[in-house]
Amino acid sequence: MSLISAQDLTKVYAFGEQRVEALRSVSFSVEPSSFVSFVGPSGSGKTTLLNLIGCLDKPTSGSLKVAGTDTSSLSRREAAEFRGKNLGFIFQDFNLMSVLTVYENVEYPLLVVQNVSAAERKERILTLLDTVGMLDQKDKYPDQISGGQKQRVAVARALVTNPSLVLADEPTANLDSKTAFKVIDTMHKMKDELGVTFIFSTHDRKIVGEVETIYTLTDGMITGKASGKGGSHV
Amino acid sequence: MFKLVKIALRNLLRYKRRTLLTSSLIAVGVTFVLVFVSSSSAFKNLMISQITDSMLGHIQVHKQGYMASIDSLPLTLNLTQKDMGKLEKAINSMSGIKAYSPRIKFAGMFSNFMETTNIRVNGVYPDKEEAVAPLLPGRVKQGEKVIKKGEMFIPELLAKGMEVKVGDTIVVIATNRDGSVNGKQFRVGAVIESVTGPGGRDGYMHIEDAMEMLRMDQMEVSEVAIRLDDFDKLHSVSAALDAALSDQLNKAGKPVFDVRTWEDLSPFYNVSRMIEVMTFFIRLMLIAIVLISVMNVMIMAVYERIREIGTMAAIGTKPGKILFLFLIEGFFLGLIGTLVGIVFTCAVTYVINAVEISFNFGRQTGLVLSPRLEPGQIFLISGIVILVSILAALQPAYKASRMEPINALRHV
Repeated sequence: MSLISAQDLTKVYAFGEQRVEALRSVSFSVEPSSFVSFVGPSGSGKTTLLNLIGCLDKPTSGSLKVAGTDTSSLSRREAAEFRGKNLGFIFQDFNLMSVLTVYENVEYPLLVVQNVSAAERKERILTLLDTVGMLDQKDKYPDQISGGQKQRVAVARALVTNPSLVLADEPTANLDSKTAFKVIDTMHKMKDELGVTFIFSTHDRKIVGEVETIYTLTDGMITGKASGKGGSHV
Repeated sequence: MFKLVKIALRNLLRYKRRTLLTSSLIAVGVTFVLVFVSSSSAFKNLMISQITDSMLGHIQVHKQGYMASIDSLPLTLNLTQKDMGKLEKAINSMSGIKAYSPRIKFAGMFSNFMETTNIRVNGVYPDKEEAVAPLLPGRVKQGEKVIKKGEMFIPELLAKGMEVKVGDTIVVIATNRDGSVNGKQFRVGAVIESVTGPGGRDGYMHIEDAMEMLRMDQMEVSEVAIRLDDFDKLHSVSAALDAALSDQLNKAGKPVFDVRTWEDLSPFYNVSRMIEVMTFFIRLMLIAIVLISVMNVMIMAVYERIREIGTMAAIGTKPGKILFLFLIEGFFLGLIGTLVGIVFTCAVTYVINAVEISFNFGRQTGLVLSPRLEPGQIFLISGIVILVSILAALQPAYKASRMEPINALRHV
């Protein structure tokens, strides 16, 4: 069974009398434990699509099932609960909480979103921080670490709840290319070790070399699907 | 829960200057209100105790109709021995009453053999009167502290005007209830300080002398002054006494007894009420200060942390927890301000007590203002401030919790 199944997804934004079609009849599916990228220029609909998958927004029409749940029918509270249980998020600007240390940022979803015992919490956090190479920085605050380190913390935070899917919107946009590759590499490693599905959006084709499936978005439509390095367009 | 508290505290520390300013504003407000409340309360209590403990007593019982004619001190509206028996039985059966003092009040002529003037006299049992009005011995400026038979306590203004001093012989002439006039010589036992309020410029004599002067075969009492164990139980004891005496009716079917608290007897009660009204408005000002300052800070906090709120929501934080987080921040702003305010208040109160601010009230001079922090007032003001802080944070917190994560994450 597919982890994500989208059929004729359309999203229209209305600004007064003006209507903007951000997504136009998009259909695709994502299998569990895969590494998928949506690539396209600014305004192509990448972020809109990730927002729909992440239950942060609802489609105007079409159907979307994530982890077997029709997410378009969820209430605000149910959507929050669904996100907490099933999804992890990595943001372009890292979005770490500045008042919390690295350790506490990773701990936050376990405390506020999921109820996990203290011992298990500690074990999970330390393991993940070690895996992303941030264990020695665990007591630092976000403003004391670099952009790449922040994004690795964000990766750990996204994974700490054992989600089935991690969504990363332009996770490398604010990083230099060397750091960007490191972050993508970390994500890939996590996918292999934990069997988590990663979906990320990017406008930079250079960093998607290791991705299993690459969808190309243009003007709100999927205009290409490729596998690994290169692949045939559909 | 603990984690949310920790995050809330760190958020407050994130904007140290703003938190400090807001907490300081609340602290100043709390200090101002607590110092005002404790000072005005000290002034009020001092005045009440001066009035009740010098002369009035906490409760007075008269015959029905006596109060309407009190200016003429009518002897025809005295409580009879039979009435007194019933009253004493009711008093003795009740708890909360410390002492009572029967008084025979009458108007007479005071003569030093050269001049004559008016005088209002209280005939009392010295020990019972002292138990009801414990400040009476303290009012003695010259002479002995205890009223003896054949002696009188003379108010100082009268003594000065009539050039009478302790040990002098004077004559008091009074008309008794059947209209005949009687006079009796007395020795001036003491000159007493006048006090503000009803009866504050009366003279005193032994009740048996008063009976003799008024040619009473049996004792007839003008009023019975009562002192309570606990002044705070004034209304409950008064109501209970009134209820206990309510079945005593005269021939016209009306109550025999008229029970009144000091509030009905002294005009200072209106001043006391004014102080309470002013305190109420001062509290309202504090509420406004807290409401505006906390709401302002929390609105700014929500506005500045929109992306953070979006992140929290995206991660899966339920709206209720986001609401709770901001409410905790509001709570702590109020709590910090209150605690600092209480510390300031202790310091200011200590200084006021150390400086010994004195003032005059009527003819009483050198009364020292001694504000005291009442735990009840501290809890009340703290409770109000903290509650208002939470309420002030409610609107911004609700706004934060209702924020769509997608819009919040897009916020620049």
